[in-house]
Amino acid sequence: MLLDDMYRDVILDHYRYPRGRKPIGKKDFSSIGHNPACGDDITIQIALENGNISEIFADCKGCAISTASGSIMAEYIKGKAVDEVKEIAQNVRQMLKGEPCDLPDDMGDIDALEGVKNFPVRIKCALLAWITLIEGIGNYESGHADEVVVVSTEQGED
Amino acid sequence: MHTKPEDIVITEDNSSRLCARTIKADFPVLSQNINGHKLVYLDNAASSQKPQTVIDELSRFYSEDNANIHRGLHTLAERSTNAYESTRKRVAKFISCQNPEEVILNSGTTAAINLIAYSWGEEHINEGDEIVITEMEHHANLIPWVILAKRKKAVLKRIPITSDGRLNLNGIENIITDKTKIVALSHMSNVLGTINPVSEIAEIAHKHGAVVVADGAQAVPHMPVDVSTLGVDFYTFSAHKMLGPTGVGVLWGKKELLDKMQPFMTGGEMIREVHFDKVTWAEIPHRFEPGTPNIAGVVGFAAAIDYLEKLGMDKIRQHEIEITKYALEQLSKIKNLEIQGPTDPQIRGAAVSFTDPDIHPHDISTFLDSKGIAIRAGHHCAQPLLRILGKVATARASFYIYNDETDVDRLVEAIIEMRKYFGV
Repeated sequence: MLLDDMYRDVILDHYRYPRGRKPIGKKDFSSIGHNPACGDDITIQIALENGNISEIFADCKGCAISTASGSIMAEYIKGKAVDEVKEIAQNVRQMLKGEPCDLPDDMGDIDALEGVKNFPVRIKCALLAWITLIEGIGNYESGHADEVVVVSTEQGED
Repeated sequence: MHTKPEDIVITEDNSSRLCARTIKADFPVLSQNINGHKLVYLDNAASSQKPQTVIDELSRFYSEDNANIHRGLHTLAERSTNAYESTRKRVAKFISCQNPEEVILNSGTTAAINLIAYSWGEEHINEGDEIVITEMEHHANLIPWVILAKRKKAVLKRIPITSDGRLNLNGIENIITDKTKIVALSHMSNVLGTINPVSEIAEIAHKHGAVVVADGAQAVPHMPVDVSTLGVDFYTFSAHKMLGPTGVGVLWGKKELLDKMQPFMTGGEMIREVHFDKVTWAEIPHRFEPGTPNIAGVVGFAAAIDYLEKLGMDKIRQHEIEITKYALEQLSKIKNLEIQGPTDPQIRGAAVSFTDPDIHPHDISTFLDSKGIAIRAGHHCAQPLLRILGKVATARASFYIYNDETDVDRLVEAIIEMRKYFGV
């Protein structure tokens, strides 16, 4: 077991200095995620401008992996189109679960999360931010943007 | 040949302590390396490891005696029945119970407490009655009472804890009252390590006519337990936390209570006479042992009790007081580490929960695992307690007969290294 493969420098940097923690003014949709196995929580709020993510607040209270994952997500998706982000998030989920995925060449710090897939008990930690984002976007697309979506990593993410 | 005085001192010291290194050699799983390091197993409050004698007994039973119990008239059925029933007597003696009929063998503490809640509770709890638990209960001794209270529109009350993780008995007279029908409490907390004053609380409960249930899952493996003097009415524990196989446990109850109780689960083995329109129940304990039990597991449990008795429960308790004392001393030297539960090892067991303000328990557990150290991280099936402690999770190191001070040292060294690794 190579601990450094999961706790890469990039991960530890995001853990110590998480991005996306500045509260945003207006928000177009939000979602809340929870990992009942360890009590980790994430709140995501997103503001849009012309279909692009203009502002994001991602507040994750949890372990190094879930905190870093949320921070990496916040940094990566800012400025990107919602459609594109949705597809990326779904591919990150597949990557973490060890399933075939199609991620863009420019992955930012996302590729640092790849080491987590070798630690099966910690995959849910890395997944939390991304499945919470996917649920939030899904809710927004179906016209229920005002509702706060609560996601649990225990729902169909085994 | 003369003996040097210092040799005598060492001998005397050793005789008052278990030799963890010798004991460890009896547990095959402990001889392996994990992630390149000699395994240090500190997750005993979740489940203990098994000595070779228990593993061999399971294999011997399946190789030589296996058959269903009680109904068969052939030699194997007789052997297997004898082995099963002699374990019941063995368990009774182990907890100083005079009447083996009072020992119900089942799948574990969870099954035992559910049996009490559904059988005794169904008949005796009515609307407005009070059920008393404590704030430090494991979900196994919590959820059955929450559900029972809801089902019967009864009131669930709880004994609070102090800041150092003991039960706060100030104001107990307002909690246990004439309305109290049952008091259910942990003998030893799986999170805080606290050993609760069960006898004292049982005495108060009995003055009000309430029945007392003690969850002994964390106590029986680690200290002498005598149900004839403890003062409770029901007592429960699990074999797998005391060197025995998984899926085996014990409900002890006073005969006068068990005799009047209806079965919780029905089916084979627990009946006297069956018609299409009526059924009469078997006597205790069989009334509460429906279906084919975990026979091999029960037989293996006897070997576990043999092993513990050979060491001596008093000596085991003494050994764990020493380790707990050392662990609390050493862990409290680590900067910022927050340790839960009482600081006096005389009133607590060897399950030590701790948190680091900068590192999540799951990261602690992953890091320690990379150093070959197995601990537990999470809510330890005690979410309401964790909320009171203001934690979403803790890390927990829990020690047993095969652990000694060198294991504490390995843990402490690894935690110090971990803080450097995470740069905190």
